[in-house]
Amino acid sequence: MPHKVISLISVGRHPQSGRSRRADQDSRAVELGLKLAGTDLDVVHAGSSQEPVLRQYAGMGLPKVTVLEQDESADALVSIADYLKSEKADIVLTGVRAESGESSGMTPYILSEQLGWPIVARVADIVEIKGDEAQVLLALPRGQRRQVTVKLPFIASIDNAAEAARQSAFGPGLRAKMDSQNGSTVEDSVRVDWSEAPAKARPKRLKIVKAKTAADRFKAATAKPQGGSGKVMKNESAQEQAQAIFDLLIEEKVIR
Amino acid sequence: MSDIIRRDPRAEWIIRNRLHPLHDQYANQEEGGEVRGPSGLLRKFPHKVGFIGPNGIKRIDRLKGNSSAPKGKRSSAAQEVQLPLHKVDSPEYYIMVVADLVGGRLTGHDKDILGLAHKLIAERGGNGAVVAVCFGEVKEEHFDTAGVDRLLHIDGEAFEGYSPEARVQALAQVEAQYPVKQWLFPDSIHGGCDLASRLAARLGERPATQAWQVNVEQTVSRGASASLDITRKTPKILMLLEECADAIDETRHEATPITLDGVSVTAPTIQDQGLMDVDPNAIPMAEAEFILSAGNGIHNWDQFHDAAKVLGATEGASRVAVDDGFMPRSRQVGATGTWVTARVYIAVGISGAIQHMQGIGQVDKVVAINTDAGCDMVKRAALSVIGDSEEILGELMKLTAEHKSTSVSDQAEEDSHAA
Ligand SMILES: Cc1cc2nc3c(=O)[nH]c(=O)nc-3n(C[C@H](O)[C@H](O)[C@H](O)COP(=O)(O)OP(=O)(O)OC[C@H]3O[C@@H](n4cnc5c(N)ncnc54)[C@H](O)[C@@H]3O)c2cc1C
Repeated sequence: MPHKVISLISVGRHPQSGRSRRADQDSRAVELGLKLAGTDLDVVHAGSSQEPVLRQYAGMGLPKVTVLEQDESADALVSIADYLKSEKADIVLTGVRAESGESSGMTPYILSEQLGWPIVARVADIVEIKGDEAQVLLALPRGQRRQVTVKLPFIASIDNAAEAARQSAFGPGLRAKMDSQNGSTVEDSVRVDWSEAPAKARPKRLKIVKAKTAADRFKAATAKPQGGSGKVMKNESAQEQAQAIFDLLIEEKVIR
Repeated sequence: MSDIIRRDPRAEWIIRNRLHPLHDQYANQEEGGEVRGPSGLLRKFPHKVGFIGPNGIKRIDRLKGNSSAPKGKRSSAAQEVQLPLHKVDSPEYYIMVVADLVGGRLTGHDKDILGLAHKLIAERGGNGAVVAVCFGEVKEEHFDTAGVDRLLHIDGEAFEGYSPEARVQALAQVEAQYPVKQWLFPDSIHGGCDLASRLAARLGERPATQAWQVNVEQTVSRGASASLDITRKTPKILMLLEECADAIDETRHEATPITLDGVSVTAPTIQDQGLMDVDPNAIPMAEAEFILSAGNGIHNWDQFHDAAKVLGATEGASRVAVDDGFMPRSRQVGATGTWVTARVYIAVGISGAIQHMQGIGQVDKVVAINTDAGCDMVKRAALSVIGDSEEILGELMKLTAEHKSTSVSDQAEEDSHAA
């Protein structure tokens, strides 16, 4: 039985121009969903079905996009949680953080808490699904990968390390069906009290020298950042030298 | 003896001024006084002449006290500065800082957040303590100077490796057991952000993410891919950006261990299978952890590529190696290439031109393999071996291959403990 894969999409924001676009991580999630489920992938958006960006997602080869019709100020979580429950999803794919709005990245976590499903964060790839378990690759800092096994159903947030999204085709995007359903009407009440402003540049941290005496200040201003040189091996045999390097590599855990 | 030099300007002035009526008296005092022997001869006590200089060498002042420099009053050993101890007795509330502890040590990011926690306590008033919550292996030795009042180390099999589910259960237990005013997490890819989001969902709190300006009342955080500043009431759970406050540097703290009783961890639904082998050359060079870099001193390029493969290192190159066509331009390290952040950088046959050094400014440990012991790379390196690159790389490959073949069996175990 093929697994039911649902991918949640949102409206992204181009980092330079600020125009709306396919969100980077969301489109990578759709790409991964297409790999797992082909065109059976269910792509869900909570918002307006008139949104032109949805056509860009649809242009990736989706016959239809499910839209939970609701206002911009309404809480998307309620309607999405209901939808996921009614559809009996096996895998839900999201981005790590949205590119517009609060971009707190809490959506997958709250869904996981509400549905009682596990969440795996920063997924680079879903390698295989066998029975009721999936092998998932997580993206770690410095390009490292960790493999975990997780039980279905689960939620995965897709990292930028996942495979890049295919190009969007304009015509098929226009022809895709927008399947509108009723969304929630619950207002996001906390957000009303917030004030939002364009981001200010953050001040750079200055290197403050807390020297008590002039001599210390002088030293701080003139000292070379790197102190005396390390160990030098000159007369040892090549084998001993290689051993010393090898020991350092083991100590630093770069060779396992 | 204290290191502080006490000067007597009046005495110095009298010593300088030979016409002063008290000059002889003061000058003699300096020199240890004039002593007449029984026959009336002037006796000099040679051990009293001069003073011990800062390097431990005896100095004799031929200026006869006519210099104004302070003399002989300095203790030779510099005293270690003892920072004042900040004590918190029976705290009323706690601010929990869940540290990333990359490699078991506090990161700069963690320290900034500890500093912020103290700032929040100072603003709020009352008797609050900052707790550092640590999971897994801890190698940090300076919790006290980083501003940790209490240390909660949650240890055990269940919290090793990748175990976000067990960790969040422990944090929920902390919330139940201690009066926690605030939870501070680094908003980082080292797991801080993930754990914070899980805890927030568990406790039903709405966190502030990417927060960068925080006081007791208000928090400014970034939103909409860092194009928006959101100002709101400070929530209970905060995920903070780097440099959100200054780290503690003027006080010492108790770092008293506290305990968490009875964490019951349910069976995890996510099982850690350990780190995967990744192709080191697929990692962007700027993020690579371990780089083997080639310069003009490499003559056997096939061997160099083999060595990189055996060691599992990302390849780098100096400009000469690139200009000569041995390496692609994208592998160049330095001013006009990539600025790398590796932890270990092996420079094989690279002289260390300044344009190259700029690129490796952030590297922790540099290893130099070079035939020239006087080159700049050797001065920068933590370990330098002087010899022919081909020979040494050959030996190194042999050692590594041996190590790999013997440790295949316990590889899986090592992986699960690393990171
Ligand atoms: C504007 C500008 C920008 C530049 N930008 C960069 C940059 O981004 N990156 C960069 O790398 N360079 C840059 N350079 C070039 C830089 O100045 C140096 O020329 C270059 O880094 C030298 O490379 P090297 O150390 O490999 O070669 P060399 O200086 O020739 O050093 C070779 C070293 O190998 C050793 N050696 C020789 N034979 C052996 C052997 N058999 N075994 C072991 N060791 C041996 C020698 O003792 C010597 O120390 C720039 C230059 C300019 C003018």
